[in-house]
Amino acid sequence: MPAAIEVESISKVFKLFREKPSSLKARLISSRSRAEDFWALKDVSFDVREGESLGLIGHNGSGKTTLLKVIAGIVRPTSGVVRYRGRIAALLELGAGFHPELTGRENVYLNASFLGLSRKDTDRVYGSIVGFAELEDFMDNQVKFYSSGMLVRLGFAVAVHVDPDILLIDEVLAVGDESFQAKCLGKIRGFQKEGRTIVLVTHALDTVRQVCDRAVMLDRGELHAEGAPIDVVRELRYALLRRDPGFVPEEGTKEVELSSVELIREDGSVERPVRVGEDLTIQLDARANRPVTDLVASFQVLDSANFPVADGREPIGAIEGKKRVRFALRHIPLVPGHYFVTVGLASGESGRVYHVQTQRYWFEVVDEEGRHEAVELSVDASVEDL
Amino acid sequence: MAATAAVTERTSEPPKLRIIPRVREIVACREILANLVRKELKVKYTASVLGAVWSLLNPVVFLAVFTFVTVVLGNNIPSFPVFLLSGLLAWNLFSVALGLGARSVVDNANLVKKVSFPREILPLSTVGVSLVDFALQSSVLLLFMLVTGFGFRASSLLLYPLAFVDLVVFTVAMVLWISALNVRYRDIQHLTGLALLVWFWLTPIVYPGALVQAKLTSFHGFDAWNVFLLNPLADIVFGFQRALYATVSPNGRAVLPPVSTAWLAGLLLAVLCASLLLLSLTWRLFFRMSGDFAEEL
Repeated sequence: MPAAIEVESISKVFKLFREKPSSLKARLISSRSRAEDFWALKDVSFDVREGESLGLIGHNGSGKTTLLKVIAGIVRPTSGVVRYRGRIAALLELGAGFHPELTGRENVYLNASFLGLSRKDTDRVYGSIVGFAELEDFMDNQVKFYSSGMLVRLGFAVAVHVDPDILLIDEVLAVGDESFQAKCLGKIRGFQKEGRTIVLVTHALDTVRQVCDRAVMLDRGELHAEGAPIDVVRELRYALLRRDPGFVPEEGTKEVELSSVELIREDGSVERPVRVGEDLTIQLDARANRPVTDLVASFQVLDSANFPVADGREPIGAIEGKKRVRFALRHIPLVPGHYFVTVGLASGESGRVYHVQTQRYWFEVVDEEGRHEAVELSVDASVEDL
Repeated sequence: MAATAAVTERTSEPPKLRIIPRVREIVACREILANLVRKELKVKYTASVLGAVWSLLNPVVFLAVFTFVTVVLGNNIPSFPVFLLSGLLAWNLFSVALGLGARSVVDNANLVKKVSFPREILPLSTVGVSLVDFALQSSVLLLFMLVTGFGFRASSLLLYPLAFVDLVVFTVAMVLWISALNVRYRDIQHLTGLALLVWFWLTPIVYPGALVQAKLTSFHGFDAWNVFLLNPLADIVFGFQRALYATVSPNGRAVLPPVSTAWLAGLLLAVLCASLLLLSLTWRLFFRMSGDFAEEL
């Protein structure tokens, strides 16, 4: 199958001015040498196959949005070529061109034309747009009287009614309440069924795993990983750990500190992967910098798409020196994959957080046999006469 | 599906303007243009009770005031309101389009950064807005000419379409240039306001062209009249005045330059050629710069 989008050694350099000369005088006075080069993208190449949904992930400032803008033709690459087949619609912002003085209806037509819908197309889907946004009673009001939630819903409703071959989406899925998000996700699946090509930039890693066929990770403007979403999402987490272990969010007053945390396998190892059905012990060492009387230790295990799969808490009570807590996870029923562990120490009475390390630790679960269930549940079957 | 679809390439090459495909692209996006013009007009007149009537009121008040002035105080120029408005409306189209157009790209920074569409549409939409105003105001003038029995002269009215095309082409050329420059140097929008003020008085709108010709033909032994004619707006205004006001020297008073209609048509054709040339230059400049608009804003 031909590639819908070919990204071929794309680089993009931005000139960073300390203060951008935007008047004649400033331009004459300041020499151009004051501009510094910033490589937003460095030699990035990949293909997006037709009908494929590609997730584009990376840390803030890794160049995701810039890449999307290059594909959309909003900014020009410094070198390299992007080729694509068919019509493209870029949703970089919801409700682009919305004007507060215009009514909802007028804004729908204005916004739709920016997304490549003709007036006739818009006439046809107008009812569906209004229904999707759940704003039937407000379409003749000026949007300056809309709440921000209404605006976002209207913007998204127009966006999902576009009719391109290729859809570029930048972080706009994360809007609205849960039910609206579910609706948006349903719409995305509809696009996939219709065989459209989708490139999705997002920070919601679980969305990538749920929606995308493939993922690409950018790191400081360079292509860092490419492959199955679950692998690339994992790679993103590793990159986070490798780069700066201290970066992993740590919070707390440190009145009681986590002095050491270990994930111990059945045989005492702290390194090798865990086999399905084995035990795993999460061992926390707490050190009190100040005596407290109501210490509680807790942990949470999350899968690589950020879903919690296990948690627990244990009251320790008073502590003056050091104490060790062990959480033993028996016969681990998890499917193969990577899991991340959050551990914390807090006050049982006030809820005051002493020390939390968010997803600072991880382990891998492996299984020789192929397996497809999301969790291993024990099932009792029974039959009775009626 | 898309296997047969057209392949689009995005490269680092500064884009070369190829007029015909580009025109086709802009035509394909005409909905955006129409919607932007509609938006501007709506925004201009919403929350005002009279709405578009304000646009009509402007020339109506002009006509009333100048009719009053002419009748009560007397004036050297017979039917001064018609003389004034025939030139002034053309000037308004130009100056409104340029004044708004200078800021058109900068004011829509958000769109430019987030949506991909032919950037020409932004300055063109301001020309569209001023064209709508021009049409409304012209209808007032034409009505006035009919009602007061001023009437039309068919032979010189033929200049009208030519002058109009000149005006639109020249305006578009200027607006493209100014709006692109203003992205890089914000001084341009202030400069434009000043330049328009000077330019207005360099153009024979409130004073008769014949007077200028008489003074300039031998200006210290130098034929400055031809220099004066280098101002395309002056030529275009002459065209509009000749087409509508028609009479060169009513009651023996020198008002319009005493040139033949054919000569004026020739002049307007020359202006058209120059304007088209200017358009191709400024469009190229706009097109080249528009690739970087999203970064510069």
